[in-house]
Amino acid sequence: MIAEAGLAALWLAGTFALIQLMLAWGAVRANGTAQADELMTALRRVSLLQGLLALLSFGLLIALFVRSDMSVVLVATNSHSAKPLIYKIAGAWGNHEGSMLLWVAVLATAGAGVALFERRLASATLAATLGAQAFIAIGFYAFLVFASNPFIRLDPPAPDGQGLNPLLQDPGLAFHPPTLYIGYVGLSVAFSFAVGALIMRDVGPAFAKAMRPWVLTAWIFLTIGITAGSYWAYYELGWGGWWFWDPVENASLMPWLAATALLHSVTVLATRDGLRAWTLMLALVAFAMSMIGTFLVRSGILVSVHAFAVDPTRGSFILALLGIYIGGALALFGLRVGTVTQGSTFRLVSREGALVLNNLLLTVILGIVFIGTLYPLFAQAMGVQLSIGAPFFNKATAPVALALVAATAAGPLLRWRRDSMNALLGKLLVPVGAAGVAFALVFALSRGTHPVPVLAIAFAVGLGVASVLPLVRRNLRRTPMHVWGMVIAHLGVAVSLAGMAADSAFKTERLAAVHVGDNVTVGPFRVTLAEVRPAIGPNWSALEARLQVRRGEDGQVFEMMPQQRFFSAPPTNTNEAAIRTLFDGQLYTVLGEGAEDGRWQLRLWWKPWVTLIWLGGGLIALGGLLALIGRVRRERREDDA
Amino acid sequence: MKRALIWAPLALFAIVFGLAAAGLFKPADRTIYSAMVGKPLPTIELPALLPGKPGIATAQLKGKPRLLNVFASWCVPCIAEAPHLLALKAAGAEIDAIAIRDTPEAVRAFLARNGDPYTRIGDDKASVGQLALGSSGVPETFLIDSRGVIVKQHVGDIRAEHVAELLAALEAAK
Repeated sequence: MIAEAGLAALWLAGTFALIQLMLAWGAVRANGTAQADELMTALRRVSLLQGLLALLSFGLLIALFVRSDMSVVLVATNSHSAKPLIYKIAGAWGNHEGSMLLWVAVLATAGAGVALFERRLASATLAATLGAQAFIAIGFYAFLVFASNPFIRLDPPAPDGQGLNPLLQDPGLAFHPPTLYIGYVGLSVAFSFAVGALIMRDVGPAFAKAMRPWVLTAWIFLTIGITAGSYWAYYELGWGGWWFWDPVENASLMPWLAATALLHSVTVLATRDGLRAWTLMLALVAFAMSMIGTFLVRSGILVSVHAFAVDPTRGSFILALLGIYIGGALALFGLRVGTVTQGSTFRLVSREGALVLNNLLLTVILGIVFIGTLYPLFAQAMGVQLSIGAPFFNKATAPVALALVAATAAGPLLRWRRDSMNALLGKLLVPVGAAGVAFALVFALSRGTHPVPVLAIAFAVGLGVASVLPLVRRNLRRTPMHVWGMVIAHLGVAVSLAGMAADSAFKTERLAAVHVGDNVTVGPFRVTLAEVRPAIGPNWSALEARLQVRRGEDGQVFEMMPQQRFFSAPPTNTNEAAIRTLFDGQLYTVLGEGAEDGRWQLRLWWKPWVTLIWLGGGLIALGGLLALIGRVRRERREDDA
Repeated sequence: MKRALIWAPLALFAIVFGLAAAGLFKPADRTIYSAMVGKPLPTIELPALLPGKPGIATAQLKGKPRLLNVFASWCVPCIAEAPHLLALKAAGAEIDAIAIRDTPEAVRAFLARNGDPYTRIGDDKASVGQLALGSSGVPETFLIDSRGVIVKQHVGDIRAEHVAELLAALEAAK
């Protein structure tokens, strides 16, 4: 019965989405009449109901996975009764149908949130926004019930399930998709706001202030999702790298880049009433990138190590949705943006100017990633098979990213409206000096290192110093929370950049084949293979190496245990790297194949300061969170006043 | 200028949309072709698999254009391809073979059932010869010209319609 109830809830939610769209239509047409208020009340209630039903449907799917109900096709193919509970739950979205249901549940919940909390917008604009949100949801409900029904029964039921890809059987990854989806779908709200504003020709500070918390929330979740995804790939895939420029990774990076630009331009619109058309465009582009990302991953037209649902029927369905929503919104933009009057203007050297520069540079990086990700598709249409990898992306994005770092350092030091070049140069004296000293020091201490990572470290130091300057000579206790947020987020960028640069400049790698008892050195460590022994887990068995590691001559000996795991359902081998985190970096060890002569392959990396990459990501997200809390509180105070 | 800019995103999206649709409805050709085509045959030394039939040594595969067929007794398309190899042989083609991960008994039974078009059969238990050729599966057939250069790679089984084409290519490779 649970499966049938879930499907019924899904159908009902879809029906309510249709009603929501019609009510929104009516409310927009009745704008200004007495009837409009009644329609608005109904519209808010229906949005709420739609959200609750979608959540209920998703909750029921989770219940099916928790009970290991093998009479449901999706459970039988993606779960196993022997799995730990947390992975049974994660199994609900660790597959195509479940993740699409999660997507629509988040979408509908976000719509309900707008209906519940949004009091700032003109009611007709809010109605148009809720209508746009319903319109998006309808397409995804149709996709679910007609092309990806997660509740199909299996008759007769399977004796047991086929399991979950063991690579995905990891706490980090279990919560990775929901995090990213909240981010993606949060951007759908920004998209709907933009569509609503275009329909009602109502673009201004009120609209920007209404949209900003949603953009911030989506952006925080995207930041956490990308950071966690990067760390997951780093420790789970056993290859020692933290970013691969894989199409699936790019699919999450592109909306993040667009959302970062949007976050900054929406601030200009909210506080200075500038950048109206540009902000609208970014809101459309950010969600377009989310949808294109979903499409790329789900359709299988781009070959990726992560893509797990390759199906042309579904691909064409999503492509059609993409055409309707993105194409439609861009056409609406083209038709209506001319009627959006220009906002206030500003000088080139000003806070606005720096934010525009930041937006342009982010857009350029977005363009590079977009082109690099889609170029193989383009080449294929021309009859050439090729793939574009890390060397292209690294080379193409690095200079733009460094320019962006410089803009990020300078922006917060500028005044709104207008500032003078001389004043700016004066303020930049300290950070630029710090960067120069850092460059000279690192370059001298690490002779033979490639200058680009050293330059990146210098930029990181400069940005780090510049980031905290807005706090200097300020009463710290009276500094608004969103300023703290900005400072911490920018500091996070500096920390991440330092980690990336340090990893690429100073990491050392060792690949060795050793007998039990042999020593290998990597960086400052001496690693001894003490033994290789069997190990048993809840649903896997493994070969485990016991490594004894000593740092330097007189360091404490500690042990590390990398494993090769064997999962039986489905039969798969994975490498469990053992990672030791020290204050100044990580030692990363992988156990490889055993040879017939009794030697074992060991892969060892010493990665100085690599942890800064994810620490920085965490700081960026924390900064976003502080800004969000600060903005919401301040606006509530303004409303009360 | 400004109007053009406003419509640029939609135009860009239309291009991407078209490309994605094309990619979706015309799936990529995932055939892997060898990088060795156009290059001299790499050095391959494979022992004989069956008594009375020599193995493969690259040095001997010169002087006359020939086909080098990568096959296995456990490969189903190889059965489908067998009559067409016999037809090629009957038309005067010289055909050598590399047997991948196979045993003498299994190959003897395979040839007894499907006919034997081969002059030489090299025994490639570890796929060393296959890897050297840049072949990624069975069956595959390489056409080697009289100077010992690989001029053509046929991926997959040879069907009736390929016979004339291969004979013409053999003639051209003299």
